[in-house]
Amino acid sequence: MEIITEEEVRHVARLARLALSEEEVKKFQRQLEKILEYVAKLRELNLEGVEPTTHVIPVVNRLREDRGKESLSKEEALSNAPNTEKGHFRVPKVIE
Amino acid sequence: MDFEVMIGVEVHAQLLTKTKIFCGCSTNFGRNPNTQVCPICLGMPGVLPVLNQEAVELAIRAALALHCKILRRERFARKGYFYPDLPKGYQISQYEEPFAAEGILSFERNGNCKTIRIKRMNLEEDAGKLIHEEDRGSLVDFNRCGVPLLEIATEPDLTSPKDTHTFLAELRQILQYLEVSSGDMEKGHLRCEPNISLKKPGQSEWGTRTELKNLNSLKGVEKGLLFEIRRQKRLLESGQPIRQETLLWDEKREIALPMRVKEEAGDYRYFPEPDLVPLVIDEEWIERVKRSLPELPDDRKKRFVETYKIREQDAQTLTLTRRLADYFEEVVKIHSDFTLAANWIITEVLGILHEKNLSIGDLSVTPARLAGLFHLIQDETISKKMAKEIFVKMVESGKQADEIVRVQGGQIRDEAEVERIIEEVLKGNSEEKVRYQSGEVKLMGYFIGQVMKRTDGKANPRMVNEILRKMLEGNPQKSGVQKK
Repeated sequence: MEIITEEEVRHVARLARLALSEEEVKKFQRQLEKILEYVAKLRELNLEGVEPTTHVIPVVNRLREDRGKESLSKEEALSNAPNTEKGHFRVPKVIE
Repeated sequence: MDFEVMIGVEVHAQLLTKTKIFCGCSTNFGRNPNTQVCPICLGMPGVLPVLNQEAVELAIRAALALHCKILRRERFARKGYFYPDLPKGYQISQYEEPFAAEGILSFERNGNCKTIRIKRMNLEEDAGKLIHEEDRGSLVDFNRCGVPLLEIATEPDLTSPKDTHTFLAELRQILQYLEVSSGDMEKGHLRCEPNISLKKPGQSEWGTRTELKNLNSLKGVEKGLLFEIRRQKRLLESGQPIRQETLLWDEKREIALPMRVKEEAGDYRYFPEPDLVPLVIDEEWIERVKRSLPELPDDRKKRFVETYKIREQDAQTLTLTRRLADYFEEVVKIHSDFTLAANWIITEVLGILHEKNLSIGDLSVTPARLAGLFHLIQDETISKKMAKEIFVKMVESGKQADEIVRVQGGQIRDEAEVERIIEEVLKGNSEEKVRYQSGEVKLMGYFIGQVMKRTDGKANPRMVNEILRKMLEGNPQKSGVQKK
């Protein structure tokens, strides 16, 4: 049985705003299948009582004081933008 | 047909920190666009967020005030979606482990006490601001991006738009009292998104739930909900389906229009935020915050009723804001006629603030000065009526009560002087005097009025009353002079 279907590949691609050709969908389905199969090996282990690992370093509570730092200048902030106007980033229309 | 209504709310409150949640950019409102941004809040590659301690403390405050259980160990999560106001392509929020959960908020409306369950509370970052322009696309300002937000979600325990209004007012008041959030809805510092569903009485299944957005005031929340209830009713009554969707409230046209089909929660592809290490909140930290909590409005209201023996309704008004409650307490520290102070602050002080569009902090009449005015009423230097005029003069001139009284004169309390004026009045109204003496006692009010007219209201009323009776009836014992 497949772990991931072509339909799921299309769904994930759409969420990531990737346009895949039908060939690519097939190719990535096969690759993702391999990756997921490999990870599924973990299921063979007895993991009872093992906390999910989200961080590999045993550090907690890295906090900063509520003290201000200098921000970028407006010019710097906008310098990489392909399109700007009146101090704003200009983006294509997003609502209908 | 009457339907049952079920409402839950999701509130986003901006936390009153000086800087953003993960970087040192300022959170000031209303600055020039894109002047409070840095590589971290702009989502540039290779940067690392560091959590603002103050944001955590403020969230702990709110959680304690709403009786929530605070998680001892928590992680942040990435919520993935693409929108131009979100430069990273994900929002850092909390998912599997909320910041706090299972709280309650009780409030009273029309004598009924209601308790609303708080489902969860999350710490997260705000997105930027978009200005949509017809046809030409959108402009983005990232100043707000990364401002700390506290998301508070209730269980669907509210049953009417009015209840929802009261609940939100109560919640806002608590957040303001605790100095957790400014609660300013017009500025978007407090945003409320209610979800709502209906069912016919007797049916077990609730109808499809919709969500309302873009409600910029408490009034707007109420109006939007009323609109949505009517809309759902019409659909249900005509047998049409209700779509699960988000509607945008249009304040000017007073209608709500569908925004977009709601995405499934799974589509956000939440996963633990690898750039932030876990947050551990121990007992000691919680205790420290607990000790720093101010008295909450409801507790303060109860204390006001017990300590100062004032009416509950008055205590409610006086505790509307922390500053007003502080003002009242400062006054009664100096002047001990609690009822006088309560009545005065509610009618005169709030009246003039309303009239002049000021807030209590702007008032030149400090609590000590207001107490000074009350002393003059108490020792009968001035009457209550005069006090009202003097108060207005105090506000307008910035002078103290006794300065004003010294110039314009206080009450006429010299017995001979009052007697002389009354004699004149009786001489000029000899006919009324005869009528009074033959039994028409209600003319007493007329005589008092005449005396007050001649003295610009400055004659001491008790003295006028006493002397008038004596002179009209010639027998002070019979006149029943009452000394208070």
